[in-house]
Amino acid sequence: MIGEGIQSTNQRKHSYVQDQVEVGFFTDPSVCIGCKACEVACKEWNEVPDDGFTWSGNSYDNTGHLGASTWRHVMFLEQDRAKGDQIAGPMSLDEDPFRWVFLSDVCKHCEEAGCLEACPTGSIVRTEVGSVLVQNDVCNGCGYCVVSCPFGVIDRRPEPLHDAGGAFKCTFCYDRQKSGLVPACAKVCPTESIVFGRLDDLRARGAERVQQLQQSGYNDAQLYDPTETSVRGIHAFFLIFGEPEAYGLPPKPQVPTIYLRSAWTSAIATGIASGIVAFLAFAFF
Amino acid sequence: MTTNSPSEKRLEELREQAWKDGVVTGRGVDIAGGPIPRKPGYYGEPVVRPPVWTWEIPVYFFVGGLAGMSAVIGSAALAFHHVELGRAAMWLAAAGAILSPILLIMDLGRPRLFINMLRVFKHQSAMSMGVWILVMFSASVFPGLIALELHTLHLFTGAMDELLGIAAGLLIIGSALFGMLLATYTGVLVGATAIPAWFLHRVLLPIHFGIAGLGSAAALLELLGHRIAPLNAIGFFAAVVESALLVWLTMDKHGAADRAIHEHSSGWLIRIGEILSGPLALVLRFFGLVPLAAISFLFGSLVSRFGWIAVGKVSGSDPEAVFAAER
Repeated sequence: MIGEGIQSTNQRKHSYVQDQVEVGFFTDPSVCIGCKACEVACKEWNEVPDDGFTWSGNSYDNTGHLGASTWRHVMFLEQDRAKGDQIAGPMSLDEDPFRWVFLSDVCKHCEEAGCLEACPTGSIVRTEVGSVLVQNDVCNGCGYCVVSCPFGVIDRRPEPLHDAGGAFKCTFCYDRQKSGLVPACAKVCPTESIVFGRLDDLRARGAERVQQLQQSGYNDAQLYDPTETSVRGIHAFFLIFGEPEAYGLPPKPQVPTIYLRSAWTSAIATGIASGIVAFLAFAFF
Repeated sequence: MTTNSPSEKRLEELREQAWKDGVVTGRGVDIAGGPIPRKPGYYGEPVVRPPVWTWEIPVYFFVGGLAGMSAVIGSAALAFHHVELGRAAMWLAAAGAILSPILLIMDLGRPRLFINMLRVFKHQSAMSMGVWILVMFSASVFPGLIALELHTLHLFTGAMDELLGIAAGLLIIGSALFGMLLATYTGVLVGATAIPAWFLHRVLLPIHFGIAGLGSAAALLELLGHRIAPLNAIGFFAAVVESALLVWLTMDKHGAADRAIHEHSSGWLIRIGEILSGPLALVLRFFGLVPLAAISFLFGSLVSRFGWIAVGKVSGSDPEAVFAAER
């Protein structure tokens, strides 16, 4: 049986919700085998409808991107760079480096979440464990969270899918967590490329893993966790090789609320100016 | 073995290119799955998500802006004893206040849950603020219009009529204040998002939407037969500001980050809209062709609202725009 005999954080019962401990995902592509068990487990547990079968032609990825009916997405990157000391194949030459990277993408559960701030119904809330949750029965499908997410995660589910019209994204398996269970994707991950646990533990584990990889020759290994921008860090963070752009991750994501001050100043000034112009027009013409 | 026929030459060209570059591009051939990704980002997939909004939203921007600024013009007209114009403007404002929520509810993914908009008041959500602005606008326009009509008809006499007059005055001032915000907040709504071409112009957008609303209200009142100098002056002002904004938009380019405004069909919608409500409306008004100027302005401000939503769809689907805006 997988995981037998090794200390596994993904297979234990926990009481994070009751203890109100901040939790997270650490997703590590260095051990991902691209099996897509996380995608399947997510769809099955959460009863997420299929959203069509298309052949993208993009490596082994026919999922495309995260969306209303895709809450885990395994990316397949084919890059003309070496992956540590790995040899790409028996015929590989030094001048012809190649690497294949798999990374399971997911909602980032931002510290400052654009979707949560934008939601006009209060449907999107922060849970006891620090995750961002859409309450499906409250959401009226206004679509404002869709354009407010700096990572392009949340989307409105189109007709004719089940429960269409509402905004959907990863729930961090809040229902499972309340019962002390680990999120479905982490539970099924055979290599613990997806690790679920306390956020502080995971951050330490991530930093350690980066160091370990760099010492083994993976020079461009780094953590993707934008703590320096207005997003102020993400609860589902990633280890990546190379630049975030290659993974479709924004290099400096910002929570859109930082634009409010200048936009409202402009709006109020324009409103007042229009009123003055209208009164002056009637006073002098 | 080579021949000199053009078709064979073409095939030889392709073979050379394949040998040299390792990949050949052509119409209808997607090379994204080739050995190395050659599209920006992750196979050219969007980084942020484009808006899901359909035609109802740009039409609402137009109707809401026109209604809000109608209340502003109406209160100014009544203050200077243009009673007929004031009544017409308030009727326009009321019509817009009926149409606006209908358009907004039609665009919802779950229209039956529209009332959930009133569950919370969130100052950090421009959508929530907008809903409350619309509610307050309607709550002042409808009773304000009723009081105004009753007062104008002198249905009551004495103290009751006086009271109606005061109530009408206060409510119409209220509708003007909320009307100003109704016309301009939509710029904040799209400006404070993750869409690069929108947030880069978050200062310009409220000015554009507000002034387009002001000019549209004046133009529609003129078309309804109120051809008076104050409305003409407002029309001139709005056309001058829109022309200035066209210049601003042309000067304030952010390269790949906001190319949706300057390229593609979305760019053309913006340009056509701005030219119709800016320079063209100005020239027509200068030559005294007021009805034509009014039609040009109204049409231009409707087209440019559609243009800005189209810009959001193009910019939101463009991974390079996001990278350029952030790097």
